[in-house]
Amino acid sequence: MNTSAQIGKYEFFNIIRNRWIIFYTILLLIFTDLLFRFGGDNPKVFISLMNVVLILIPLLSIMFGIISFYNSREFIELLLAQPIDRKRLYLGIYAGIVIPLSLSFVIGVSIPFIIHADWNFDKFWSFLVLLITGICLTFIFVAISYLVAVKNEEKVKGFGIALLLWFFFTLIFDGILLLILFMLDEYPLEKFSIILTLFNPIDLARVLLLLRLDIAALMGYTGAVFHKFFGSFMGFTVSGSTLLLWISIPIFWGLKSFTQKDF
Amino acid sequence: MKRFKNIIEINLFKITGRLFWSPDKEKKSIIFIYLLFGIMLSSTSLTAKDVIVGKSGEVQSIQEAIRMAETGDRIFIPGGLYQERNIIIDKTVTIWGEDRPVIDGENQSSVFIIKANGVIIRGLVIKNAGVSYIEDNAGLLIEDARDCVIENNDFINNFFAIYLSKSSYCTISNNRIQGNATRESSSGNGIHLWYCKNITVEKNYISGHRDGIYFEFVQNGLIRDNQSEQNLRYGLHFMFSDSCKYTSNTFKKNGVGVAVMYTNRVEMTHNTFENNWGSASFGLLLKEIRDSLIRGNIFYKNSTALYSEASNRNRIEKNVFTQNGWALRLMANSMDNQIVHNIFEGNSFDVATNSRQNFNQFNENYWSNYQGYDLDGDGLGDVPYHPVKLFSFLVQKNPPGIVLLKSFFIQMLDMAENILPVITPETLVDKNPRMVRHYD
Repeated sequence: MNTSAQIGKYEFFNIIRNRWIIFYTILLLIFTDLLFRFGGDNPKVFISLMNVVLILIPLLSIMFGIISFYNSREFIELLLAQPIDRKRLYLGIYAGIVIPLSLSFVIGVSIPFIIHADWNFDKFWSFLVLLITGICLTFIFVAISYLVAVKNEEKVKGFGIALLLWFFFTLIFDGILLLILFMLDEYPLEKFSIILTLFNPIDLARVLLLLRLDIAALMGYTGAVFHKFFGSFMGFTVSGSTLLLWISIPIFWGLKSFTQKDF
Repeated sequence: MKRFKNIIEINLFKITGRLFWSPDKEKKSIIFIYLLFGIMLSSTSLTAKDVIVGKSGEVQSIQEAIRMAETGDRIFIPGGLYQERNIIIDKTVTIWGEDRPVIDGENQSSVFIIKANGVIIRGLVIKNAGVSYIEDNAGLLIEDARDCVIENNDFINNFFAIYLSKSSYCTISNNRIQGNATRESSSGNGIHLWYCKNITVEKNYISGHRDGIYFEFVQNGLIRDNQSEQNLRYGLHFMFSDSCKYTSNTFKKNGVGVAVMYTNRVEMTHNTFENNWGSASFGLLLKEIRDSLIRGNIFYKNSTALYSEASNRNRIEKNVFTQNGWALRLMANSMDNQIVHNIFEGNSFDVATNSRQNFNQFNENYWSNYQGYDLDGDGLGDVPYHPVKLFSFLVQKNPPGIVLLKSFFIQMLDMAENILPVITPETLVDKNPRMVRHYD
């Protein structure tokens, strides 16, 4: 068996045994279920779920990632004493946490959805987009947290930076975006704003989800430009590859630092 | 035939009766004698007769029947298919379809053209008036006529269905108008009025045309109980039509909703505007509407329920705005409007504006987003309500900013602005927001 897979398997079961992951699943499960129970099967539930995906998932992923990396530091050092390829080790522990996190997200959201929702083709697609963006965000933010953890020996500093990054992507970036739009408001900015959203995975995920909803009509002309872009094959390719870039860049950066790191 | 004879007798009775009660007493007896003579000489010249169109009978076509008929006659068209077009009605006749005869214009030109006063058309199915880029072909064209009545007809797949120009005192009621419009440039309107006066349009159903109902230069029109839906552009479109009334109509799922422009003294009451949803759709768009009343309407699920531009001195009261994207978009050039006793519930944005100044009055509305309290128990909140959210203001100023719709940052910003307004118009405020939704 591949070393990477073996390490991943070990980490996977380690995480599964962890109480927090169960707590995370149950939290999502209860939340989604309550939304459906009180909100009925309507678009507003989807909007609230979208908020969960966009705020909660990045935060929990980044926190989980950083905690688990610091916690398994001794284990990593032990394994490093063995003749194991560093790359495989890193990818193994990354897979070991990202897979259970994604799984618990999928389970936590899907079960209430399957029970409560009235399925039709359109809703199925929206749900699929929700799942895919959620999984992508998990992958991205765990990768970022690992990068931060590898770069910083000090736990407190690592935590601080991770939180700050989450804060940047959920709040500060949008503030800067708004500022740029107002500074350049004499120019046509519809296309430019598409480009800007690509620089923040959370914004990109939000726009992709919004376009699946009725509420997209509120976006007026800008929305129409977005629809045209993201609805086309080109838009699909661009948004898909941007999300992949957002996953792969922190992974490889972290990997590089990890292989060069002096433990 | 016996039935027709009875009708003739009734008509005769009506005519003589009217003469008997003539206010001009001196002339009365003379007229009466003259009338008796007339009846003796030839009964047909004075009383209405019936002309029956029939493939097997002596009158083969509708046009032929009209040629044979005289003023006051009635033309009966039995059920069947009549492929005729450009039927010109130049006499006061009543055309009555039995068993819904179909008159097919074969996509070439107009079907009926009315040029006489007092024409009544009932019970026909008028089909396929041809698309033309030069002429306004219509299923029924009324030119320069008055006192016409068009009722209980079906209009199917016409370019324009009913087209009135320079006419007055006509009634169009209970018609079912169904178009097959696919492109705006190659389609006409359902009911089109141009330069008309005192027209009543009621209980019609219109769909699949470019504009459902179109009014231009019309005065004293009354539009009542119509349903206009799934038209390509506007459910109702009117311009330069002063002193008209629109009541209890339903406008649903039209491409752009309803647009009313350049008009004074309009009354729009108890209409329903619903499901006009799209990136450029409106429930009701007002442009340069003045001194008008918008009361008791229901706006449900429109992307923008009421959009007002350069419209002044209007009273917007007792309307219900539910689940719209924007309930009210008031451009800064709209002034002295009174927005009172309305209900705003579950809208994404209650009010949007593009200026920090405000020249309109808001009072005693119910806002479902209101979070104040009522200590003195008078039913009105003690804390004023600012219906303009920061984000809707920002977006009005800078449309691409809408990319941030539903983002966490915007939610935070709205909350902060709510607590301490600095950017949103301070004077756009409802000082007496209602605590509970009222029903009246």
